[in-house]
Amino acid sequence: MGRSAGDLGIFIGKRLLQLVPVLIGVIFLTFFFTHITVVNPCSIWYPHADETTIRHCEAQFNQPLWTQFWNYFAGLLQGNWGTSQFAQPVYPTIAAALPATLELVFASLFLMIFIGIPLGVIAAQSSGRWADHFVRIFYLSGWATPTYLGAVIAAIFLAPALGLPSHGEYSSPPPFPQYTHMSVLDAMIALNPQFTVDALAHLILPASVLAFINMGIATRMTRSSMLEVLPLDYVKSARMKGLSEFWVMYKHALRNSLITTTTVLGITAGGLLSGTVVVEEVFTWPGIGAYAFNAMGGDGAAPNFDGAIAVVAIFAVGVVVANLIADILYGILDPRVEWR
Amino acid sequence: MGVRDTLRLFWAVLRANPLTLAGFLMVAVLCGLAGIMAIDPWLLVRYGPIQTSSASYAPPSWAHPLGTDNIGLDIYSEVMRALPLDLGIALAIVGASVLIGGLLGLVAGYWDRPGTAGGASSIVILRTTDVFLAFPSLLLALAITISLGRGPWQAVLALMLTWWPYYVRLVRGEVLAVKHLPYIQAARAAGVSEGRIVLRHVVRNILEPIVVYLTMDIGTVLVVFSTIAFVADAIPYPSATPEWGSMLSYYQQILPIASYPWLVFGPGAAIFLTVLAFSLLGDGLRDVLDPRTRRALVRSRSRPLPEVPAEASPARPDDPEAKLSGEVPQPA
Repeated sequence: MGRSAGDLGIFIGKRLLQLVPVLIGVIFLTFFFTHITVVNPCSIWYPHADETTIRHCEAQFNQPLWTQFWNYFAGLLQGNWGTSQFAQPVYPTIAAALPATLELVFASLFLMIFIGIPLGVIAAQSSGRWADHFVRIFYLSGWATPTYLGAVIAAIFLAPALGLPSHGEYSSPPPFPQYTHMSVLDAMIALNPQFTVDALAHLILPASVLAFINMGIATRMTRSSMLEVLPLDYVKSARMKGLSEFWVMYKHALRNSLITTTTVLGITAGGLLSGTVVVEEVFTWPGIGAYAFNAMGGDGAAPNFDGAIAVVAIFAVGVVVANLIADILYGILDPRVEWR
Repeated sequence: MGVRDTLRLFWAVLRANPLTLAGFLMVAVLCGLAGIMAIDPWLLVRYGPIQTSSASYAPPSWAHPLGTDNIGLDIYSEVMRALPLDLGIALAIVGASVLIGGLLGLVAGYWDRPGTAGGASSIVILRTTDVFLAFPSLLLALAITISLGRGPWQAVLALMLTWWPYYVRLVRGEVLAVKHLPYIQAARAAGVSEGRIVLRHVVRNILEPIVVYLTMDIGTVLVVFSTIAFVADAIPYPSATPEWGSMLSYYQQILPIASYPWLVFGPGAAIFLTVLAFSLLGDGLRDVLDPRTRRALVRSRSRPLPEVPAEASPARPDDPEAKLSGEVPQPA
C-alpha cells in the first residue's frame, strides 16, 4: 500500500467494510442487553389501551429472543427502524434530530480546536511554570466535571449571569423554512442576521460545556507533541532567523505537532457524542442526544427500545467514521504515513 | 526493580511537579477519610444516613457546613457517608475491568501466532473488543441499567460489563512491545515454562503503564457512574446508602436549585474534587511515562529523574504509530 488516491480509496473501502460486522455486533449487543431482562413493557407502554393492542404487543415480546432479534433485524435491512413506545416510527424523528446534534458537536469541536490546542501550546512553552500548571488544572477540571453537573451549572447559574439563553435553538419560532435542521445554517441560508445571532447565542453555552468537558485530550496531546518538537533544530533556526515567537510557535512548531493532534478527532468523538445525551437534555436541544435520553428511560419515561438501539448504532457509526477521518487526515498531514 | 527503587522513583516523580504531589496528597486524604467513615463514621459526622435535623432549607452554617435539604437532611453528613461507597464502586469497576480486560489482553497479545488455537482466540477477542470500543460505553451501560432495573449494584454491573475493552487494547499493546525482548527469549531458552514467563516476566514489566492508566481511570469511572445515576435515575435517594450522583440527580429534579445552590454544591464538589485528585496524580504519572514529555522534564530540571527502564515505556496511548495500527485504547 502506498500513498496514491487509489490506495486511499482501497483504504476507505476496507475500513467501511470493517464497519459492517462492527455495526451488526453493536445492534445485536444493544438489542440483547435491552431485551434480556425486560419481562413485558406492554402494560407500561399502553396503560389505557384495549385488550387487542396489549395482546398484539405481548405476542411480540413473548417470542424467543432470537426470533425477536431476527424480526427486528430483518425490518432494519428493509429500512424499517422500528417504532417508539408510542407507536411512532423511529426513522423520521431521528433523521430530523440528527443535524441538530451534528451542529452541536461541530461547534464544540471548533471550540476545542481553537481554544484547546493553543492552550496546549502555551503549556508546552511554559513547561513546569505557573502557566503550565494553570492549563493543567483547567483541562483536568473539565475532565473531572460530570457532564450533567457542568450542563446544569451552565444552564442555571452561568446563563443568567452572562445573559445567554439556555433553552432550545431559537428564542421564537423561525419565520423561514428549516432545510438543514441546523439552526445557525438555516438562519444564514434565509439571510436573516437577527436569527443568526440568536441561534449562535443559543449554541454558545451547550457547545462550550461539551467542549470544556472533552477538551483535556486535545490540550494534553498538543502539549506533549509540542514538547517533542520545540527542542528540534528547525525550531531554533526559525527563531534565529528573527521570526517572532508567535510565528515560530504557531506556524513552524505547531504544524508538526498537529499531526499527532488530529488523532484527537477520533478519540474525542465518543466523548462528544455521549456528552450530547445529557447536554441536549439539559439545554432542551432538539437533537438525537435528548432523544436517546428519553429513549433510555431518562426522567422515568417508559423505555423506547427501537429508538435506543438506533441512537446507539448511529453513535457507533459516528465513532468509527471520526476515526477514519482522523486516519485519512493523518496520512495527508504526514507524508511518511501509508494508508493501509 | 526492587521496592525501594520503585518508591524512590515515585517520590522523584511527585517532587517533579507540585500538581502531582497535590493530587497524591488529595488521594491520600480521601482514602484516609473513606477509611475512617467505613470504620466509625461518628468521628466525622453527626447525623445518620436518613436522620433528619430540625432545620430544613438551612444554608451552610457552622452546625450544617453544607446546609440542609427540604426535609432537614444534613448535606455534609450525607456527602461524607457516600465517600466510602463511591470510592469502593470506582475501585470495584476499575478492578473488575483490569482483571477481565487484562486477562483477555494478555491472552490476545502473548499467544497470537496465526494458525494456532491461541491465534484464533486472539482474533475472536480483538474483534469482540472492537465492537465494544465502537460505541460510547456510557450508552451501552445506560441501556443495560434500564434493562436491569434501578439500583446501585445494577449500575455497577452495567459499567463492569462495558468498561473492560480499553484494558484489552492497553494490555495487548504492552505485551506485544515486551514479548520479543531479549530477556523473555533468554528465559525461554533457559527452559522456564510459558505460564511462568507470562506471570513473572511479562506481567511484571507491563504493570507500570497499566497502574498509571488505572489511576486516571478511577476518576473517569466515577464521572460516568454518576452520569448513569443521573440519566437512568438508577439509584434511589434518600437511602441508607447515599451516593453522590443520585443526590445530585434527586435535588436537581425536586427543587429549584437556583434558590438552594448548596444542595448541588456538596455532592458536586465531592465528585469534582475526588476525580480531580485522581486525575492530577494520574496525569502527572503519565507525563513521566511518556518518553517525549519525560525528556522535556529531565531537561528542565537540574536534578534528573531516575531513568525508567526502556522496556517499561512502549507505545503510549498518544503514540501516532500505535494509533494508526489500532493499538490505542480510546477513552470514553
